[in-house]
Amino acid sequence: MAQTTGAEVASGDLGAVPDEAGIARRPRRRWVRRAERYLPILLLLPSVIAIGVFVYGFIVWTGWVSVSNWTSFVRDLSFAGFDAYTRLFSDFRFLSGLRNVIVFTVLFVGVSVVIGLVLAMLLDRDPWGAPIWRNLFLFPLAISFVVTGVVWQWLFNPRAGVNLLLERLGVETLPMWYVSTEIIPGWRWGQIEVAIPVALVAVVVAAVWQMSGFAMAIYLAGLQGISEDLREAARVDGASESQIYRRVILPMLLPMTITIVIVLGHISLKTFDLIFVMTGPGTGYVTDVPAVYMYESTFRANQFARGAAISVVLLVLVVALMAPAVWARNRTEEAASE
Amino acid sequence: MKRVLALCAAAALLLAACGEADEDPLADLNDEDPTTEDEAAVDDIDPEDPETIPGDAVEIFSWWTGAGEEAGLLALIDMFQREYGYEVVNSAVAGGAGTDAQAVLTSRMQAGQPPSTFQIHAGRALLDQWVAADAMEPLNFLYDEEGWWDTFPDELLEMTTDEDGNIYSVPVNVHRSNVLFTNLEAFETAGVEPPTTFEEFMEVAPALEAEGITPLALGDNETWTLLHTWETVLLGTVGPEMYNDLFSGEADWTSPEVVESFEMMEQMFAYINDDHAARNWQDAAQLVAEGEAAMNIMGDWAQGYFSTDLNLEPGVDFGWEPTPNTGGSFITVVDTFGLPEGAPNREGTIDWLRVLGSVEGQDTFNPLKGSIPARLDGDLSQYNEYGQSTYEDFQTDTLVPSLAHNSAAPPNFTDAAMAAVVQWMAQRDAEAAAQQLEQAAADYLR
Repeated sequence: MAQTTGAEVASGDLGAVPDEAGIARRPRRRWVRRAERYLPILLLLPSVIAIGVFVYGFIVWTGWVSVSNWTSFVRDLSFAGFDAYTRLFSDFRFLSGLRNVIVFTVLFVGVSVVIGLVLAMLLDRDPWGAPIWRNLFLFPLAISFVVTGVVWQWLFNPRAGVNLLLERLGVETLPMWYVSTEIIPGWRWGQIEVAIPVALVAVVVAAVWQMSGFAMAIYLAGLQGISEDLREAARVDGASESQIYRRVILPMLLPMTITIVIVLGHISLKTFDLIFVMTGPGTGYVTDVPAVYMYESTFRANQFARGAAISVVLLVLVVALMAPAVWARNRTEEAASE
Repeated sequence: MKRVLALCAAAALLLAACGEADEDPLADLNDEDPTTEDEAAVDDIDPEDPETIPGDAVEIFSWWTGAGEEAGLLALIDMFQREYGYEVVNSAVAGGAGTDAQAVLTSRMQAGQPPSTFQIHAGRALLDQWVAADAMEPLNFLYDEEGWWDTFPDELLEMTTDEDGNIYSVPVNVHRSNVLFTNLEAFETAGVEPPTTFEEFMEVAPALEAEGITPLALGDNETWTLLHTWETVLLGTVGPEMYNDLFSGEADWTSPEVVESFEMMEQMFAYINDDHAARNWQDAAQLVAEGEAAMNIMGDWAQGYFSTDLNLEPGVDFGWEPTPNTGGSFITVVDTFGLPEGAPNREGTIDWLRVLGSVEGQDTFNPLKGSIPARLDGDLSQYNEYGQSTYEDFQTDTLVPSLAHNSAAPPNFTDAAMAAVVQWMAQRDAEAAAQQLEQAAADYLR
């Protein structure tokens, strides 16, 4: 059944070609030619306008609000200079959130890449039940961060979940997980301590659980794209298995790594739902992130200018992450095509 | 393989169709029944989307979704509908002591699509947001018609009145925020009395600790509890007069009394439970209920939790005092409703406010909610021992507004104070906290 439709479509396509050619030879009315030239522009226009207004327009609007005096419910769009920004960068909460989101991103993306790569390499050797494993690791991706947050909140609740298990096993000092207020190793820099808040580790585990399947899928696709001939050739040249991975396969997976870092990195910098549901800002802001601060500034405290300024800083962070990565990927793609 | 799957799917569909038909052949006819249609409409209502609210209904927007408070609200709505017969939409947004409802309300007010009426704490949250934005109608005419000017305490009416003497909302209930709940048995074991001053607190705390009882239960997993605790300590160190002057911007936040409030809190926090960061306010109150801890500073919604949820008897299983050094002062958390400009069904909304302000309305709602009436002539017999003693204090004490619950200051100052207290919790720097508050006062209070 499917084959017949395929054939019909194919023959239909073939039939169209001589017709097109026939029409093209006939002299056309001027408006048709003109329409043909402008039609693509006309068709693109709605989405160009929509993106222009709803993406770039609102980026400009947000930028404007961030330099305004709008700090209460009453709208005040008079120019305030970079007041909101200078305050942010001496604000304990914002600096804590910035530290947290950077620590979170490095840990989350790093661990996801490593676990994804290991899983992909194992699955690539086609072990028993490979399709089952593959789907098993991918399934968490289908769940929203809100659900993940609720589930792991219970698992890591200091008086429930994992700790009950540890208690049975006779662990004396049970970890406090995401309510720990410790920051290790505790280097002080200005107002805040620049180090790893222990509470974030629990959040990283939840995020890695959800997203490492994504890294695995990308790497698996990459591994399957590396032809067996290359490995054979390397073996013929006398390379050991570990050398093949280090010198041949890993370098060829670089574009995949860049893709994963871009996708996971920008998700991570903008993290809101997981933190909001699982931990909230936390005692001493050990689990706060800028996106949560932005939400609370704008909708709870009516600090519209500060909320907008946080959005702009987040945008700059995401661009700062993406720009070099996109540039690097374009270069590798160029190199590959040459 | 695909064909088999398709067959299975078709068979499943067929079975499902048969099953439906067998169940109720009249199902289609019943669909036209008006009651089912109404129920479907109620399910479709979304407080975040004004398009789903029928235009001629009285939409009542609140965050009353907890057990007792929801029962109280429904009883009020029932009373309102019996008396006036309007269609009512109950738009209640759950979560976070009203903080989530606040977010929904902000976006709806910014979009110019207000509900008919909404719950708001008396004080700066009302005046500095909605009144300042000219979003509310004055209710002086309603107070004149109903003769309400003398039925509510003056301090309460002042909290909802602007400089021009216009009043903007009707108070429904009062909670007290400066309450020290105690486990009486724990105090008996330690052979000491519940403290009424900071000095007494510092004397009894070591005695309790010696018996293996945590002296003070704290649950700051949600950070508002820190601000709540601190405001009661602040009232204790500065007194009600300076407390009011601080929030009106007249007094200096770097005064030694304010710094002392942080130092005092640090001394008190030497006696809290280790897992405070993991607990919310109920979990902290539970420590007192179970006798693991002796004291907890919380608003008197904790009394509802003790009496209703844990079935404890007031005065026997748990006791209460004003928090240290705040005897004679009463920090109020007052829920009110107002009339937004351009409210859908204005007449109906005014009639709803009439019901809210009536003595019957208040005595219907408050016993269920576990709060006391805002009117001075409520029927005492309706309330339990705790309610009666609090109502007496309410009639005689100096009333001051609560900061943590958005009455004493506009939301932007409250937010800054919250940040200062949370930072203090992490760094314990009293001077720095006072400096931050002074900066916020300069920005938002003066």
